[in-house]
Amino acid sequence: MIKRIKVGMASCGLAAGAGEVMDYLKENIDDIELVETGCIGHCYAEPIVEVETDEGSIYYEDVKASEEFLNKILNTEDSSQLEFREERSSKEFVKVTKFAGRLDPVSMDEYLENEGYKPLEKALSMTPEEVVEEVKTSGLRGRGGGGFPTGLKWSFLAAKESEEKILVCNADEGDPGAFMDRSMMESVPHQVMEGMLIAAYATGATQIFIYIRAEYPLAVKNLGIAIEQLKEKGFNDFGDRVIEIKIKEGAGAFVCGEETAMIHSLEGGRGTPRFRPPYPTDSGFKGYPTLINNVETFSNVPVVLREGGEKYAEVGTENSKGTKLFALAGDVKYAGLVEVPMGITIGEIIYDIGGAEKGSIKAVQIGGPSGGCIPEKHFDTPVDYDSLTSLGAIMGSGGLIAISNDRCMVETARYFLDFTTRESCGKCTFCRIGTKRMLEILERITAGEGTLNDIEVLEDLGPKIIDGALCGLGKTAPNPVLSTLRYFKDEYLAHVEEKKCPALQCNNLVNVHLDQDKCIQCTLCIKNCPVNAISDDFVVDNDTCTRCNTCMEVCPVGAIGRVERGETNG
Amino acid sequence: MGTLKSLEKDQTNLIKALQLEQEENEYISDESIKKIANYFDLPLVEVEGVVSFYAQFKRVKPGKHKISVCDGTACHIKGSPLVLNWVTDELGIKDGETDEKGLFSLETVACLGCCSLAPVMSVDGKVFGKLDRKSLLKILKKYKQGEVEIDD
Repeated sequence: MIKRIKVGMASCGLAAGAGEVMDYLKENIDDIELVETGCIGHCYAEPIVEVETDEGSIYYEDVKASEEFLNKILNTEDSSQLEFREERSSKEFVKVTKFAGRLDPVSMDEYLENEGYKPLEKALSMTPEEVVEEVKTSGLRGRGGGGFPTGLKWSFLAAKESEEKILVCNADEGDPGAFMDRSMMESVPHQVMEGMLIAAYATGATQIFIYIRAEYPLAVKNLGIAIEQLKEKGFNDFGDRVIEIKIKEGAGAFVCGEETAMIHSLEGGRGTPRFRPPYPTDSGFKGYPTLINNVETFSNVPVVLREGGEKYAEVGTENSKGTKLFALAGDVKYAGLVEVPMGITIGEIIYDIGGAEKGSIKAVQIGGPSGGCIPEKHFDTPVDYDSLTSLGAIMGSGGLIAISNDRCMVETARYFLDFTTRESCGKCTFCRIGTKRMLEILERITAGEGTLNDIEVLEDLGPKIIDGALCGLGKTAPNPVLSTLRYFKDEYLAHVEEKKCPALQCNNLVNVHLDQDKCIQCTLCIKNCPVNAISDDFVVDNDTCTRCNTCMEVCPVGAIGRVERGETNG
Repeated sequence: MGTLKSLEKDQTNLIKALQLEQEENEYISDESIKKIANYFDLPLVEVEGVVSFYAQFKRVKPGKHKISVCDGTACHIKGSPLVLNWVTDELGIKDGETDEKGLFSLETVACLGCCSLAPVMSVDGKVFGKLDRKSLLKILKKYKQGEVEIDD
């Protein structure tokens, strides 16, 4: 007996076609309740449909808007079911994301039925000091990247006397390759809001701002609905004060993830950082004491209150407690959102959870443009704040990208520098000009025009930018370059000395070759080449070819591939 | 101007005002800057400075269909530079440009948050994932044809 049918309609699901699936189900089903839910983290299998029956839930993957799937769903057939792989479920530790994708994101009732707002109720029965102590006991550290102890930060704001105290939720998830915060806000907005309300009570805050990327329209919408619902219930009314809650949409600037830059942006100005001290908890938004925590940190707070600080601290390593969300993507089979206990190794995430083939991945990039790469030989490193820092990477916000052997590390470093150069606000000379010079050098090297001196300049310039920059953006911008130089210097040297790209990725250093023995002369490549670089007798003119890969994609027998430049011409 | 009046005359609403303006007119014109500076009683240069700081604000009128190719880390690793080239080859416009007919404009964005479906792009906010050249051309064709029907 089918009770309800749920369709995962977070951004990942919608991009895979969940909207069409939902429309189709609506047209064809009228006696069963259809529910829109968020993301359960198995993004590789989207669109996902969950069928709730008396005997539990059945999940269907890769669902299409078709009669075939409609029948499968209505008859709860065995095929096309999403497999919850043992390798993944045994490594995961799902508690912060427990409700993500399981509940209707915009149903207050469903959240309440699942013990929602009980942690807030518990907090309100304690004194604010006791709540701060509870969070201190839990060992929770900021999940946005810095890893500052959350309870300690709260105690700074709590200690301030001021007519207004401001609490800001950093939802400006700017790291390209990270989507943990988006998923939480879209899937369980009430949990994020509850964390903020508990923090507001504990710190004596009077106003809450949510600074969110404008690129996340669904998260903005769902949070807005959640705020209206909780106001209706009076959850923002603490008796002595009513908390004002406002959503502020950012306008696309990575640097605004930095506290002081975010405050300037909230005030309506250019989002440039400023020198600290004074710290925001002393003087922040319009001069009022201000505390900034990120979405994932707030999402952890109801969990801390629900199970108690001591129990929370049982999971994790000595200095990193609890679980961490990672947005796992790149060259893995099962990309998605994963929640793992602190202390799990990188290898376990990539191989067991991600399903990557052993030996196929040469590095992971952790922490996005501010982080660094970690090579395969260090995949047994436990994931905690301190171990990652010692390897030249950072925990960061949780972007975790697997890089296969076919990718060029110099090009990867160039990509990140291109990003930070564009996002540098321009205030500090070392960041503004230093990143630009580094980028120019990396462009030279990937184009095959680099010299050994270029590599020396990179090694010299990196630490100087770190020393000379004011904020987190500049202080971390050289990390991708320095960490690839540390672990993959051979790739840099191959580009410079031999003019070769070992991964065959850098366009200037490769030729395209058509293997006449494999070729079946179907002429698909000739027809599809946008620049007519393939002759009638199937030879590639590498002077005309733009290395767009089209021919390789259309070739049915894999006869065309990239080779080292000079190896052959055609 | 109607939407602007709904906002309190406080600089904390400046970015919101610009966002509303762009929503209405698709870009921020010189006139818009004057109007908004006037409303908040701010110097023109202050408003211009905020506009130029944030990537979201456009100073040039975009095409009818806005293509955003994601160049976030996951998409980059999965080949977004190729996606960008395919679009450029097909439509003859580069990153940041609008075609002559004003039908398409192209930009790269840092991350659309659908990394597990990389490489992705969005057209007018609708996201398309796991792109290869074939599926991309099919999508572009659909938008082009839609336009032909409307024109006729």
